[in-house]
Amino acid sequence: MLAFVLTLVLLLGIVIVLAYAERKVAAFMQDRLGPTEAGPYGSLQAVLDVLKLLQKEDIVPAAADKNLFKLAPVLIFAAVFAGFAVIPFTPSLVPAGIGIGVFYLLAIISLDVVGLLMAGWGSNNKYAMLGAMRSVAQIVSYEVPAGLAILSAVMICQSLDFQEISYQQGALINQFPGQEYEMNWLFGIKALGINTTLVGGITTWNIFRAPLLLVSFVIYFIASLAESNRAPFDIPEAESELVAGFHVEYSGFRFAVLFLAEYSMMVLVSLVAVVLFLGSWNTPLPNIGPVSLAYWTSGTVGEWSSILWGGFWLLSKTFVLLFLQLQIRWTYPRLRVDQLMHLCWKVLTPLALAVVLGAGIWRLLMV
Amino acid sequence: MEQKAIKHTSGFWFAIKSLLSGLALTWRHFRKARNRRTPEYVTDDNYFKQPDGLVTLTYPYEALPVPDNGRYRLHNEIDDCIVCDLCAKICPVNCITIESVKATEEIGTTSDGTKKRLYAPVFDIDLAQCCYCGLCTTVCPTDCLTMTPVYDFAEVDIKNMVYHFTDLTPEQAEEKKQLLARQQEEMAAAKAVALAARKQG
Ligand code: SF4
Ligand code: SF4
Repeated sequence: MLAFVLTLVLLLGIVIVLAYAERKVAAFMQDRLGPTEAGPYGSLQAVLDVLKLLQKEDIVPAAADKNLFKLAPVLIFAAVFAGFAVIPFTPSLVPAGIGIGVFYLLAIISLDVVGLLMAGWGSNNKYAMLGAMRSVAQIVSYEVPAGLAILSAVMICQSLDFQEISYQQGALINQFPGQEYEMNWLFGIKALGINTTLVGGITTWNIFRAPLLLVSFVIYFIASLAESNRAPFDIPEAESELVAGFHVEYSGFRFAVLFLAEYSMMVLVSLVAVVLFLGSWNTPLPNIGPVSLAYWTSGTVGEWSSILWGGFWLLSKTFVLLFLQLQIRWTYPRLRVDQLMHLCWKVLTPLALAVVLGAGIWRLLMV
Repeated sequence: MEQKAIKHTSGFWFAIKSLLSGLALTWRHFRKARNRRTPEYVTDDNYFKQPDGLVTLTYPYEALPVPDNGRYRLHNEIDDCIVCDLCAKICPVNCITIESVKATEEIGTTSDGTKKRLYAPVFDIDLAQCCYCGLCTTVCPTDCLTMTPVYDFAEVDIKNMVYHFTDLTPEQAEEKKQLLARQQEEMAAAKAVALAARKQG
């Protein structure tokens, strides 16, 4: 229960910051000022927007399938929020440390699609229905390369436990039960003879441990943009050309929940990217001889120092990725639906398959 | 006609390169966001030397200075107005309403020396309708109707967009009307007397 409340509070906090950051980043990239009126530098804008949405009338169309319509936002948000349960926030803090976290995450996130269909179908509006179909087509498609990219990381790490994967990517690797005798080699090539087990830092991040994972990181990142309906894959919304997608009939708080789910999804996919590829809560600073930067900036497992350092590194890496997501949104034009499918099925999926094959060989021959 | 194929540069690395240069572009703008445009007058040396940074201003607090001869809100210097009605006649949208009352005697001169013989109990310009064409200011014989550089005069209630320029209170206007009526009665009486005298004579 405590973990639930903590995660919810943390998530809401990040989402508020993100919503504000998005407006400011967007404004700055377009040479505008962004919000300035509410609070210092407009910092209360996002909070006030939430308050405004809360006051709005809750409209349910007369001909809608009321139950589906009302349940859909809850389901969509719950599906995304449940994904946070397995994300390790610090070396000792995981809301729910289950051994098949990766598998669970992929499964529970897929529930999102059902929510979208419920929203589109329940609205009894052909535009909402079409929007839902587009969203679902996109998300289901992009789950393939995303899943394959995650699979390649899982193959390298030989684990479905997010916390174990996290431990592997740092100098604390031997403190995880069952990993006492594991070793890390530079670029994962034992033949080079450079043992980085105690060096930690950036050298043991997954994208360094197995440089092949850099490719799968890029694939995953692109696919994750599509899964969270972010530009350049935001045709489900396309608010500038269409009347908006599956959520066209929603108003007030239900609409806010849908948006909250979208922003939570952004945070979640960034967190997963960080955990799987960018060293999770591990510090980027390596131990260099007697200067054990990695130990100094990781804290002691189980104590406050590790919680603070771990949380700090995890969140700062996540924010870098989130910023990248925002920047991409304000840089690239929206893809057409056929280009989108082309990218997914003809470029990313074969590439991801090749990476999975490569990761398998890597694991067999190198490490 | 010979058709020439447009050669597209394409290919994987070209795509990557252009994607990255796009990111670099937005990043450059983001980085320059520390600079801000300052509200300068157009003659200021700095006016064209602010190529980067944020270009928007927080309007009610900052505003670009308008030119001295900017033509926005109408103003009527009613003391100089001879109530000739020309402006109301030329106005393409009929947003000037003038009523006039003849004065019983000369009521003064305008600043350019024209004699004033009419009062204007009503001189209204509905600036909500005005299209700022400036025709009224062109025809005004005494140059009392001018366009000023004031452009920020939005109102919450549209009724407040009707500007009343008359300098007569309703009572004064009534008084002037009565004066005129009395003078006309007197003149009519005098005329009747004169007519009667001629008939007798
Ligand atoms: S500026 Fe044009 S529209 Fe406005 S009052 Fe004068 S003549 Fe009429
Ligand atoms: S044209 Fe000029 S002088 Fe004549 S009524 Fe209009 S404002 Fe007065």
